[in-house]
Amino acid sequence: MAIIITVVVLLVIVTGVQILKIAELKAISQGEKIYEVSEKESKSQAYLMLVFLVFYFGFFAWQVVAYGDRMLPVSASAHGVGIDSLMTVTMAFIIPVFIITHILLFWFAYKYTYSSKRKATFFSHSNKLEMIWTIIPSLALTVLILYGLSNWNSIMTPVAEDEEHVLIELVGQQFSWGARYAGEDGKLGRANVNYIEGTNFIGVDASDANANDDVIVKGEFHLPVNVPVQFVFRSSDVMHSAYMPHFRAQMNCVPGLKTQFNFVPTITTKEMKEITGNEDFEYILLCNKICGAAHYNMQMNIIVESKEDYEKWLADQKTFAAN
Amino acid sequence: MSTHHHHQEDFLFKYIFSTDHKMIAKQFLITGFIMGFIGMIMSTLFRLQLGWPGESFWLVDALMGSWAENGVMAPDKYLALVTMHGTIMVFFLLTAGLSGTFSNLLIPLQIGARDMASGFLNMLSYWFFFLSSVLMLISLLVEGGAASAGWTIYPPLSALPQAIPGSGLGMTLWLVAMSVFIVSSLLGSLNYIVTIFNLRTKGMSMTRLPLTIWAFLLTAIIGVLSFPILLAAALLLVFDRSFGTSFYLSDIYIGGQVLEHTGGSPILFEHLFWFLGHPEVYIVLLPALGITSEIISTMSRKPIFGYRAMIGSMMAIAFLSFIVWGHHMFVTGMNPFLGAVFTFTTLLIAIPSAVKVFNYITTLWKGNIIYSPASLFSIGLVSTFISGGVTGLVLGDSALDINVHDTYFVIGHFHIVMGLSAIFGMFAGVYHWFPKLFGRMMNNKLGSLHFWVTIVSAYGVFFPMHFLGLAGVPRRYYTNSEFPLFDNLVDINELISMFAIVAALGQLLFLFNFVYSALRGPRAPQNPWRANSLEWTAPVEHIHGNWYGDIPEVHRWAYDYSKVDENGEYVGGDDFIPQTTPLGDNEKDGGH
Repeated sequence: MAIIITVVVLLVIVTGVQILKIAELKAISQGEKIYEVSEKESKSQAYLMLVFLVFYFGFFAWQVVAYGDRMLPVSASAHGVGIDSLMTVTMAFIIPVFIITHILLFWFAYKYTYSSKRKATFFSHSNKLEMIWTIIPSLALTVLILYGLSNWNSIMTPVAEDEEHVLIELVGQQFSWGARYAGEDGKLGRANVNYIEGTNFIGVDASDANANDDVIVKGEFHLPVNVPVQFVFRSSDVMHSAYMPHFRAQMNCVPGLKTQFNFVPTITTKEMKEITGNEDFEYILLCNKICGAAHYNMQMNIIVESKEDYEKWLADQKTFAAN
Repeated sequence: MSTHHHHQEDFLFKYIFSTDHKMIAKQFLITGFIMGFIGMIMSTLFRLQLGWPGESFWLVDALMGSWAENGVMAPDKYLALVTMHGTIMVFFLLTAGLSGTFSNLLIPLQIGARDMASGFLNMLSYWFFFLSSVLMLISLLVEGGAASAGWTIYPPLSALPQAIPGSGLGMTLWLVAMSVFIVSSLLGSLNYIVTIFNLRTKGMSMTRLPLTIWAFLLTAIIGVLSFPILLAAALLLVFDRSFGTSFYLSDIYIGGQVLEHTGGSPILFEHLFWFLGHPEVYIVLLPALGITSEIISTMSRKPIFGYRAMIGSMMAIAFLSFIVWGHHMFVTGMNPFLGAVFTFTTLLIAIPSAVKVFNYITTLWKGNIIYSPASLFSIGLVSTFISGGVTGLVLGDSALDINVHDTYFVIGHFHIVMGLSAIFGMFAGVYHWFPKLFGRMMNNKLGSLHFWVTIVSAYGVFFPMHFLGLAGVPRRYYTNSEFPLFDNLVDINELISMFAIVAALGQLLFLFNFVYSALRGPRAPQNPWRANSLEWTAPVEHIHGNWYGDIPEVHRWAYDYSKVDENGEYVGGDDFIPQTTPLGDNEKDGGH
């Protein structure tokens, strides 16, 4: 195998060298300078510029059609709707910019190819034009920045203490997730890696009374629909990132630091199965920060259900004290 | 005896320990390209895995040996490949390979200097780079494999061999190699800055400098201000790894025990890393933009449009590049108020970038474009700069970043706007200044073919990645097959991998053209592109001191192309006026 490949590569190189030699000799015999780009050569390259423009836009359009329906479904969280419409507005700005600038670029590249009969126009600057393409992007960006930041500020505001909500701690570790519910007292017990032992895999401090009613689960966790969920994130080894794409939610899990994120789930798993037309659809939590060899398979299912079903499910789980 | 010795250099000092900037440029170029090819082969290997996960490949088996049992790479070795691919491409090819080559070649030649301010430091800069390259390559071969924590080497993953085997000796070598690399970069950059400020020839005012020189100057300034921070970050990581400190580590339970480290934070590392990491984007991008400005103007036989605006926008980009690093950290738990500030500063970069794009397009408008391979790659760069730039408005917006952060959307974005733009600029530079490097010409037809294969397959690789990202696919996954959610994306990954193979094969066209032309190409004439800048007045053959006799004096800016008088005739009788030509009566200098 290796010998065949070596021979083929050598033959290709020799052929290439010979072809270049022949082309050079031909050019010399016809009195041309091989390194000079002829007018004809420039014309054919300019024509290819136009062909490329058509290809590029065609490829873009084809992808939108072929891949469009494989993107994430509608947002399953309240704030996600805002993110999606911000995305739509941003796309409505950048796609036309992309198309218009490309048409200008490749059209000029095609149209103004070299001709010995023509002179290029000496046009070195125009303060007016520079002002135009400084001010217009500035205005558009002002809109995008303000719209973006209003979204950001509302997303990042934690759930108020006195508002009805569910408090959940997600803990990442190589290569699985654990979820801990605050239980009836609405308070998470102290936790730290120093308490990790046996089944207490996320390190809850058993001496803290707040921990007694905490509920710890693996594999999947449940959320009530239309109730704000306040997440707290921890990691017990390296960095992880809790990514819940259907809810437009993501936050890193950093060892030594508690991070947080909150959202209101708005569509139950059952409803989402109908929306997507996929019987097997499941919401998912996956790790999105490189964390080791099995980073590609660190996941946990999320079930969104009615408040009643959720409460029933939670009541069926053993509390930390009962374990 | 001594006079004889001066003229007769021995091989060792002419080719190896040379202090001549032109030879050093060639050393940087060739070393950079060798590293680049290695980085590209790595990407081909992991694209095979991503396109057809779990399938056995002869190539994988041949190149990865025991790290790929039966031709299927191990998951942690996949991570080693992406880590080393990123490191090699960003630093060794696009920082040292690009800046090192063209800053060295063009700064003295275009400003009219006999050599760099310090030839000795310049030589050291190359040899530190060489040492760093060797160390980085050795790290591929050590026990446990190369560094595997991503090119961003976030601790604790990069700090703990228990977390991934590549964080053992491989990571130590990575840190040592990068520290040596930073020394190389600093020596080079300081030299560039001093040379540009002090060694310009008579008449070469700052506003007569070609835009390449402005780009190299700003790049060097960014490098000097930001690379030391990475060195600090790396040294603190060395301390955490080897001497028991806790700058970045706290509350870690791994391998069945709690570590002693307490009180540190990985977020500190992220701040330090990205304080270099983001300016680094512009360290690779600005030289490419400078090269493109020069080539687009020369080859469309028109002055660059908005010379001063181009300088101003590069300065704005350089300044802003220092106050946007937090956009890499929106979802790290950083204070949301900081996130808002970084969103604001980040989106501002779109303004000078837009100015540059429109200025390039206006330069082409009513030009007379000669299509050398360099022109093709320069126009390609403008396309990639736009295509990759616009998606920056998505990622720079903290609210939108939440859901696309660390997905393939990011991979598509930065490979197009930074990877492709920089490598296109580098290719353009090599095709354009090959006569100045090797005294010979490259083959234009092969060069054009190389361009078309590259741009089509490169977009074929990176454009579909945006769709993967919008479908929620995370980066740095060994395979997507563990998630039913991603099952309907298999054909997209296959398509990307096929384009990646074509792109890699396409680079063989360049390699062949490069080697053949350097050895056997037609001899270069004095000024093949009929360009204005000073390097084309220097003799084709390489001589110490660059010019026989006196250094030429400069009388005008570098962009007097197709200048006509009131009768519509070319001033000076031709469509270009070299910088050495004195201004005529009543003739105004450009650039003001």
